[in-house]
Amino acid sequence: MSMVTIRNLTRTFDVSKPWLNRVLERLPKQTLTAVSDVTFEIEEKTVYALVGESGSGKSTIGKILVGLLPPSNGAVEVEGVDLAHETDKAVLSDLRSNIQMIFQDPYASLNPRWRVKDIIVEPVRARGGKVERLAEKLLEQVGLSALDADKFPHQFSGGQRQRICVARALASEPRLIVCDEPTSALDVSVQAQVLNLMSDLKENLGLTYLFISHDLTVVRHMADRIGVLYLGQLVEEASPDTLFETPKHPYTQMLLAAAPKLDQFGREEEPPQGEIPDPINPPPGCVFNPRCPLAADRCRSERPVLRRVGETRVACHMVEG
Amino acid sequence: MTEPVLSVRDLVVEIPTRHGVLRPVDGVSYDLAPGEILGVVGESGAGKSMTGNAVIGLLDRPAHIASGEILLNGRRIDNLPLREMRKIRGREIGMVFQDPLTSLNPLIPIGEQLSETIETHLGVSKAEARKRALASLEEVGIPAAAERLDSYPHEFSGGMRQRVVIALALCAEPSLVIADEPTTALDVSVQAQIIALLKRLCRDHGTSVILVTHDMGVIAEAADRVAVMYAGQLVEIGPVRDVLTHPKHPYTDGLVGSMPANSHGQARLRQIPGAMPRLNALPEGCPFNPRCPVADATCRAAPRPALTEGAACWHPIGEHA
Repeated sequence: MSMVTIRNLTRTFDVSKPWLNRVLERLPKQTLTAVSDVTFEIEEKTVYALVGESGSGKSTIGKILVGLLPPSNGAVEVEGVDLAHETDKAVLSDLRSNIQMIFQDPYASLNPRWRVKDIIVEPVRARGGKVERLAEKLLEQVGLSALDADKFPHQFSGGQRQRICVARALASEPRLIVCDEPTSALDVSVQAQVLNLMSDLKENLGLTYLFISHDLTVVRHMADRIGVLYLGQLVEEASPDTLFETPKHPYTQMLLAAAPKLDQFGREEEPPQGEIPDPINPPPGCVFNPRCPLAADRCRSERPVLRRVGETRVACHMVEG
Repeated sequence: MTEPVLSVRDLVVEIPTRHGVLRPVDGVSYDLAPGEILGVVGESGAGKSMTGNAVIGLLDRPAHIASGEILLNGRRIDNLPLREMRKIRGREIGMVFQDPLTSLNPLIPIGEQLSETIETHLGVSKAEARKRALASLEEVGIPAAAERLDSYPHEFSGGMRQRVVIALALCAEPSLVIADEPTTALDVSVQAQIIALLKRLCRDHGTSVILVTHDMGVIAEAADRVAVMYAGQLVEIGPVRDVLTHPKHPYTDGLVGSMPANSHGQARLRQIPGAMPRLNALPEGCPFNPRCPVADATCRAAPRPALTEGAACWHPIGEHA
């Protein structure tokens, strides 16, 4: 059974000028569609990764899943409960403690005035749970010392801080953790330590991850299933090996070709052209058409739907099958 | 051998503090040939940026060059008075920083910023400077360059801004460009464009580049040689292919091995245990010895190993194999 089901999820933001400016300058209201009609499922005890460049909507989906943002349209179901429409507070509260989040910046996500033990037990204390010896136990679980519980965040390095964030996320014994770029701020050797820790915890505690990242090599290493986002739309979804060996969508192909590789010394390849278009005025039809080498008339008028081609799900008119 | 463009000899940068003198750069030496791209890698705090800043004389007080020499085209520049150094900056050494917004003045159109630089350094007329500014914008691939001369930095996207910064760095035709994490703030596809641009321009103009980055993939694709720094010291230097495929120093080996791209489908990544030591608590002997898998009594005793035959290590990998 899938743990998370996201169906036709759409999220728009109002980016209009202030009311007075709109009236005086006769400007229309403007909306930015950060996530547009995204559908996917996350199986229990697996890692689902979302990749994409900035502005692709990957963090917005993560925030909607943990409840930091409400969806504009569509459904987010976790263990059969619809997060946006469930009205029973007890059910929601129960579910919320089952979902935790790890953020990108371990410097900004820890309160500098709190002791580490208070930071870690906060998710439990807020719900009136028992916190005795909890921080010490969790610190040891993430590879720090129980003696660190009385220290302050500034006494730790970036990698150690990210371990504290992991410990805090584990405090309420969640089943699903949303990891938003958990290692982007870390050096590669420290990144390896944190990724290994996350894999171990997943095995030992039976966790499910939604892993958000822009780094394709990290995603390939961690994920069981990968969704590629472009301008708020899911353009391709497949298992890591299938995606990396036979990418179907032209955007995925471009992304894989552009990623720097360790074994291609002095590569002289024509880099991809163009940049992500303005999300306030996305191009009509397929959003990738202005940069796509295969774009035909149909791509400029009709948005492709996500359909199954073999083991992959892909949204492109030009893919055969 | 041709005369090196830049020659750094036993460079030591010191920061006096109340608790003693710190050495963020400790005895770094290298030569840079004309047209060569030297990649500098290392974890945060390894001294990569500090070395670059020392070369162009932009060390923030109280950091200062304590000993050593820096020669640019055979002329010593580390002890020049401020006024002389300002003539060299921009004219003979160009800079590209990580964040393009901090290198551009938000209140001045980019055409004016470019022509001002050209006018100051090359002593040409206003009209001629504007003509050259336009040519350099076209060269870095700004579409409709003539119309965009009067645009302000905020009207450009991140990738386009970084192109403007590169135009600015190269417009006075310097013999050396220091690029400090030039693509870290950019998306993968734009990063590929910027790296290709930097490579092409430097080849066309015969400019040498010091490319400071923590991204090994970027180094592999762009650099001719790579220098690996650890705790303020150069631990390995050599042609990029040799260093990345057959590293001699255990630190380089660990760094390359901990990259997810090199995990070869294994569940766990190789990791370097621990973290880089703080500058005020450097261990005796080789600074890497507490984390090193092959460290023995020699490594733990002073003096630290010297950089010979490419690696600063008592037991380089592949010596006795």
